[in-house]
Amino acid sequence: MVKKKKAIDSLSVIYCILVLTFIYAPILLLMIYSFNSAKVIGEEGSFSLKWYIALFQSEKVVTILINTVVLAFIAATLSTILGTAGAIGIFYSKKKVNRVVQIANQIPIANAEIVTALSLALLFSLILLPRTYFSLIVGHLVLCTPFVVTSVLPKLKQMDNNLYEAALDLGATPAQALRKVVIPQIQPGIFAGFMLSITLSLDDYIVTAFTKPKTFDTISTYVYNAVKNASKSDLPLIRALSAIIFLLMIVIVIVMMVKSSSKEEEKR
Amino acid sequence: MKFHFSRKQLCIPYAVFLVCFVILPMLLIVFYAFTAENETGNLTFSFNNFIGFFSSPSKWQTLGVSVTISLIATFFCVLIAYPLSYILARSGWKKSNVLLTLFILPMWLNFVLRITALRELLDMIGFLGNYDYVNTIIGMVYDFLPFMILPIYTQLLKLDKTLLEASKDLGAGAFTTFTKVTLPLSMPGVYSGITMVFVPSMTNYVVSETLGNSNITILGKLIEEYFSTYANWHMGSMISIILLVIIFLSMLATGGFKNDNENSRGSNLW
Repeated sequence: MVKKKKAIDSLSVIYCILVLTFIYAPILLLMIYSFNSAKVIGEEGSFSLKWYIALFQSEKVVTILINTVVLAFIAATLSTILGTAGAIGIFYSKKKVNRVVQIANQIPIANAEIVTALSLALLFSLILLPRTYFSLIVGHLVLCTPFVVTSVLPKLKQMDNNLYEAALDLGATPAQALRKVVIPQIQPGIFAGFMLSITLSLDDYIVTAFTKPKTFDTISTYVYNAVKNASKSDLPLIRALSAIIFLLMIVIVIVMMVKSSSKEEEKR
Repeated sequence: MKFHFSRKQLCIPYAVFLVCFVILPMLLIVFYAFTAENETGNLTFSFNNFIGFFSSPSKWQTLGVSVTISLIATFFCVLIAYPLSYILARSGWKKSNVLLTLFILPMWLNFVLRITALRELLDMIGFLGNYDYVNTIIGMVYDFLPFMILPIYTQLLKLDKTLLEASKDLGAGAFTTFTKVTLPLSMPGVYSGITMVFVPSMTNYVVSETLGNSNITILGKLIEEYFSTYANWHMGSMISIILLVIIFLSMLATGGFKNDNENSRGSNLW
């Protein structure tokens, strides 16, 4: 019996390692070769930091990086405000309104991204609006805001509604009660919605491609076009870029995890 | 009239936004799908796009290829993700969440960069350019695996452990307990994983273009081509409608309308 359990345990470990290899092999390969002078992976080369230097000297890539991050922050901030207000409104609305808005909110979530992208492109083409930063922001808001609403709504349902009434009884105006009582209670949901929006915006290709101005590029559109046009000179830069972003992500995720686990400790 | 602030009114900006940028654009798709330009350049109601789609062998082929690729990719996602989620959820290790993070960590890396990384690996082992379909399916699995792991893991974690003990006490072996208790109770997780993998696999043309050497056309790519290359909004919209019908049917089949969407894409990410 013990032997059998041990065998299953080691099989489990082997299985996990196999999946991890599949998940991490491409990224590790990329990271290793980002420190190699070879232009093409597999070619001979020596240790070199030249791609990293070239990356930061490339005005184009630095601009694209800044574009991507700024866009993500603007889109996430706006969609968090819009979505949080929307969720509070939905929660306190009559049943009918509540249902209709929630169904509309589910459309972009269930929809294929390409259909969302096409529908927006049709709208902007029809009202003869050239693709501008505005259309791009709208595209990202459509992408992110529904997820803010779905993150905030459950927190509203968990909330003790009497506290809001109590605040009113004690003389707070509705706006004050909202700011001082409701918002603090749903804050984890708002934060989750914000972070999710950042992730979605950073990750997006299709909606961005359909709503962006011609000369504007994010990491996604730049890399996709570079790879499609087989621009070999860009590939090593992309390796260095991926390595940096991935390491940055790992640091951020670890910090977040440590923070959330220490919060849980406090609760106990 | 004095303005009275009410909590309900907070909904108005978002409702207006939804009408302008979600509902209206979707109506435009329906409008363009069922209209065509006549000789005088006016738009008239027409089934031409519908007939045009289903009378074209190349479009049938695209539809078939898309659905096949998606089914295979979804199958492999379940095949890989289920045992993994089972191991993670049953490990009994207090920090199994940390372990889970290890498996979904690449999700935070931009997906175009991730697919590019995979392309370089496939290029190195000589797959790129030789096995377009295999590469595309590997890419879909690689890209969407976390969306399968998360809901199954969450569902398995929720599973009431006393049920497993009860099953054991009643004389069921480990295998019977798994097939009669664990598996049926974890199916909602599998279903929401399937909806999250199946639809993007039919439409995410970044994967098929990057790894399939631009030799594979999936539905998403076809829509993009009709909009950008041929400037034919009508056919592009019609293909979107057909796609929506497939999405609707797949949600119907997996009960996507029933569950509370707590497993919706990315909901467990933060």
